[in-house]
Amino acid sequence: MKFKGNVWKFGDHVDTDLIIPARFLNVSDKDELAGSCFVDVRPDFAEHVSPGDIILAETNFGCGSSREHAPLAIKAAGISLVIARSFARIFYRNAFNIGLPILESEDAPDFFSDGDMISVDLATGQIKGEGMDRQFSAKPIPPFMQEIVRAGGLVEYIREKGAL
Amino acid sequence: MTAPMTITEKILAAHAGQDSVAPGDLIRVDVDLALANDITAPLAIRVFEQLGPREVFDKERIALVPDHFVPNKDIQSAQQAKVMAEFARRHGIKHYFELGESGIEHVILPEKGLVVPGDLIVGADSHTCTYGAVGAFSTGAGSTDLGAIMATGKTWLKVPAAIKVVYEGQLLPWVGGKDLILFTIGQLGVDGANYKSIEFSGEVIRDISMDNRFTMANMAVEAGAKNGIFEPDEITRKYLEKRADREGNYWQSDPDAHYEKTIRIRVDDLEPQVAFPHSPANVRPLSDVGHIGLDQAFIGSCTNGRIEDLRAAAMILRGQTVAKEMRLIVIPGSPDVYKQALKEGIIEDMLDAGAVIGPPCCGPCLGGHMGILAEGEKAIATTNRNFIGRMGHPKSEVYLANPAIAAASALLGRIGSPEEL
Ligand code: SF4
Repeated sequence: MKFKGNVWKFGDHVDTDLIIPARFLNVSDKDELAGSCFVDVRPDFAEHVSPGDIILAETNFGCGSSREHAPLAIKAAGISLVIARSFARIFYRNAFNIGLPILESEDAPDFFSDGDMISVDLATGQIKGEGMDRQFSAKPIPPFMQEIVRAGGLVEYIREKGAL
Repeated sequence: MTAPMTITEKILAAHAGQDSVAPGDLIRVDVDLALANDITAPLAIRVFEQLGPREVFDKERIALVPDHFVPNKDIQSAQQAKVMAEFARRHGIKHYFELGESGIEHVILPEKGLVVPGDLIVGADSHTCTYGAVGAFSTGAGSTDLGAIMATGKTWLKVPAAIKVVYEGQLLPWVGGKDLILFTIGQLGVDGANYKSIEFSGEVIRDISMDNRFTMANMAVEAGAKNGIFEPDEITRKYLEKRADREGNYWQSDPDAHYEKTIRIRVDDLEPQVAFPHSPANVRPLSDVGHIGLDQAFIGSCTNGRIEDLRAAAMILRGQTVAKEMRLIVIPGSPDVYKQALKEGIIEDMLDAGAVIGPPCCGPCLGGHMGILAEGEKAIATTNRNFIGRMGHPKSEVYLANPAIAAASALLGRIGSPEEL
């Protein structure tokens, strides 16, 4: 899988209350959730995000609650991929389970800023800036998780295999 | 002979059908109890249904607890709660708690004896780690995980590396589980235990009550941990004796089990701790707080909504009056906690002091309802998170503390100690 999109840059410890505040959790429709994505920290996000855009964040992205509404909202908003230096554990599972690919990269978050166009190869973990030679790498995804991503999410995976 | 293991590794191995496991192993495990609430269940149910028509894996091993937005705060919440209630009825879910018997999931489940030592519990709520207090492996997951578990009774896990925290010495007055865990999170940072297991031990832990253990295990996730766990002992046995039908497995860590890190904390001088906005790791000892004027105090939540918490608060509130222009909201964590508090005269003392008492639920903890903060307002709360906007307006502030400090602060109108009264 290859991705290309504009960067939305975030810092450390972006928690799920920032991704989608609890007051918007009284619905579970993903498009409605997408409309409230990052409202408190980046009120312009939902309106200006374009399909295919990529989130680039520092450490511990997605910490806090277990709400799957967070990756769902991000995905429904049009984000194709999230790259961070590290992810909080539950967010990591949730993202794979719902088919939102994520990558951990040590060096890429330092280098790019808002609006940069980057391309990413999920299979190799290579990250590249548009018109740039320099490449950045991400941690390879464990094989079991790759299978889940390939299937399109945990539901599809179980459907395919008939079991977990 | 298998390699020495921690209690967490032993529980995981037993549920994976293996003799042993090691950190980093990806394993498929049987789940003893699956949990969801009114926010996470509707998504999990959708996933369950996408998996095709089927029965749940076990009607007696799923707990569905409406607690976040109940009593339903608006039409949308009511719709969500209805999805869960109908699913429970359709599938004959034994442990569905309707309003009246319901309270906060993490208060109710141990109280009803549904979690026992040695269990493997997965809940679609990050504070599912609370049940580590009884010596279970218990962790939060997402709704898709939960939907899949409801269908298959299984899930996948990566065996976490372990951090051991050893508490030694003698606790000062007004210092309890909340302060130990806040201090520990301050030491570790919000991702200091990411993907890891925290094992609480040491002489302080051996004597500490179940309610304090629940408070500590509850906040393990605030350091990013996958689970927080206590080795079950006589205190655990006593707590569960009259509650649980099952005995459970009283696993203990091997003396030579491997820990990635061991942290020793001397508690003799440990003051009550306060976590400043907007992170549970942003802790200071009470004496370093300075003048923080308050608009609201909230005593409740799955962290500190149990009977001992209310007792501690009542001891301070009894015969006193909440400061002018200050709101004190108290929410007992369950109907049983509420009844016990009534019996002990705690509720009356609180009402006399000027508190408002809410029905058992999460209330303002996650900014749902029953005590939302306005722009610029400051609150002290016995909850577990003080992220931006957690309890209301993005420009409001939440300070986390134990129930005695929250009660004293309600009387003072600023963050302060019971000793100042
Ligand atoms: S009391 Fe707060 S932290 Fe606990 S389950 Fe409810 S919302 Fe979550």
